[in-house]
Amino acid sequence: MKKQIRLLVNSEEYDLQLEPNRLLLQALRDDIGLTGTKEGCSIGVCGACSVIIDGRVVSSCLTLAVACQGKHIETIEGLAKDGKLHPLQQAFIEYGGFQCGICTPGQIMAAKALLDENPKPTEDEVKEWMSGNLCRCTGYYKILESVMAVVNNKISPDFQFRKREQQARIQSLDVYKSVAKTE
Amino acid sequence: MYPAVFEYLKPSSISEAITLLQQHGEDAKLLAGGQSLVPMMKLRIARPRYLIDIHRISDLNYIREQAGQIRCGAMTRHVQIEESELIRDRVPMLCEAASAIGDAQVRNRGTLGGGLVEADPSGDYGAVVLALNAQMKCISPRGERVIPAADFFTFAYTTALESDEILTEVIFPFPDSNSAGVYLKLERVAGDFAIAGAAVQIGLGQNGVCSTVGVGVTGAATIPQKAVSVESLLQGKKITPQLIDEAGRLIQEGAEPIEDTRGSASYKKKALSAILRRAIAESLRRAEAKRSS
Ligand SMILES: Cc1cc2nc3c(=O)[nH]c(=O)nc-3n(C[C@H](O)[C@H](O)[C@H](O)COP(=O)(O)OP(=O)(O)OC[C@H]3O[C@@H](n4cnc5c(N)ncnc54)[C@H](O)[C@@H]3O)c2cc1C
Ligand code: FES
Ligand code: FES
Repeated sequence: MKKQIRLLVNSEEYDLQLEPNRLLLQALRDDIGLTGTKEGCSIGVCGACSVIIDGRVVSSCLTLAVACQGKHIETIEGLAKDGKLHPLQQAFIEYGGFQCGICTPGQIMAAKALLDENPKPTEDEVKEWMSGNLCRCTGYYKILESVMAVVNNKISPDFQFRKREQQARIQSLDVYKSVAKTE
Repeated sequence: MYPAVFEYLKPSSISEAITLLQQHGEDAKLLAGGQSLVPMMKLRIARPRYLIDIHRISDLNYIREQAGQIRCGAMTRHVQIEESELIRDRVPMLCEAASAIGDAQVRNRGTLGGGLVEADPSGDYGAVVLALNAQMKCISPRGERVIPAADFFTFAYTTALESDEILTEVIFPFPDSNSAGVYLKLERVAGDFAIAGAAVQIGLGQNGVCSTVGVGVTGAATIPQKAVSVESLLQGKKITPQLIDEAGRLIQEGAEPIEDTRGSASYKKKALSAILRRAIAESLRRAEAKRSS
């Protein structure tokens, strides 16, 4: 039987009718449409689905959505403010903290939970903390470098997100899509 | 991936939870942090029709000092144990075990009670409750009872709890003030369960001999073990490197580890021996430091 629940995600309220077996992960992605949070292993091992609930990083794949009533949920979509990226997002771009990107929202949310609590962790503390977030592309050094860049204030003050370049890439993807459709 | 359909129940008190358990019997399961149960449900290893979520029962979440004991509610999260000044001060090995569990995501959700009741053969808390002679307070429709740690684990993933019983509290007696302890764990990759783990608490008498000792190990069998043979070996003696080696041999001889992806039985025996020897040496070092300070 569906339950009526209200989720508070990135300071916005969403009223939903959900089956109890719906995980927070699917509620975010499929019911609310916030697809930034990713599903990897789905059993609590990989960290791709990491979100922050009441200040703590947790796996949304193991969290029932119905159990989240009244809790403050933060996802990757809530990080950029007024068109300006969060320092961690900027650092991951500047320092090559991702390749395919599937682990990235989880990496960034895990790092955010750490820095919110301890803005000046040592490199070892970051390594230990991020051990629950697996990455199959970067080999981890670039992720560590990106987080440490924020810790040590080494991100560019005048960083401009290269919107035009990104749009060009998206357009080229659209070309592929339309080709695929006509085939 | 989804768990099969279930009905979600959220009692707000212990008595309400007991009534629900009594009502639904074997068809119901308690949900604490969900870090073991939810994966099991997704994989269809567990398939409860009723899920009784106890995370909002505030009477199950506390850490307090009382009459020479530390009492922890069953819903206390691993992270709360890790961060507790009181526990760090009084029973540091419990802190060390909590911080050795999984990763930050697991520790933020998983609970002391859930970890004990799950009784994973490679879980970290089992060794600690055995070394410290902790007690498990449980409540069922028939009333309250206290189960000593040594009687709690019955088989892999199985405990002495009845299906309508709730673990409400874990009671840790303060170890002797002249004693010190440690929990050490060997893991294959960061965040994994233990290949082997050892919890050792050692007290030193006036003359430097071992006056009190508690030893619990994980990874030696299907359940965590109280290493009684090692305890009686060390009790009343001066702990020398030779005696520590002897303890390692004893544990290795008696161990019957489960073979799995974390290693063969013969490898795990050697790993257990090594980790136990390290843990004895480290708690001895800490106890000596305490004595000379
Ligand atoms: C990736 C990963 C890595 C992990 N690594 C480790 C590790 O290294 N070491 C380790 O020890 N553990 C590890 N765990 C397990 C973790 O510690 C779990 O938190 C713990 O085993 C279960 O606790 P829980 O609160 O999540 O319980 P749940 O999953 O909610 O419940 C587990 C079981 O206990 C029962 N239960 C829960 N509370 C009670 C209660 N109060 N009374 C009666 N029954 C109850 C439930 O009905 C269920 O059967 C890991 C888990 C994951 C996902
Ligand atoms: S998808 Fe949740 S931890 Fe892997
Ligand atoms: S960037 Fe591809 S998995 Fe991490």
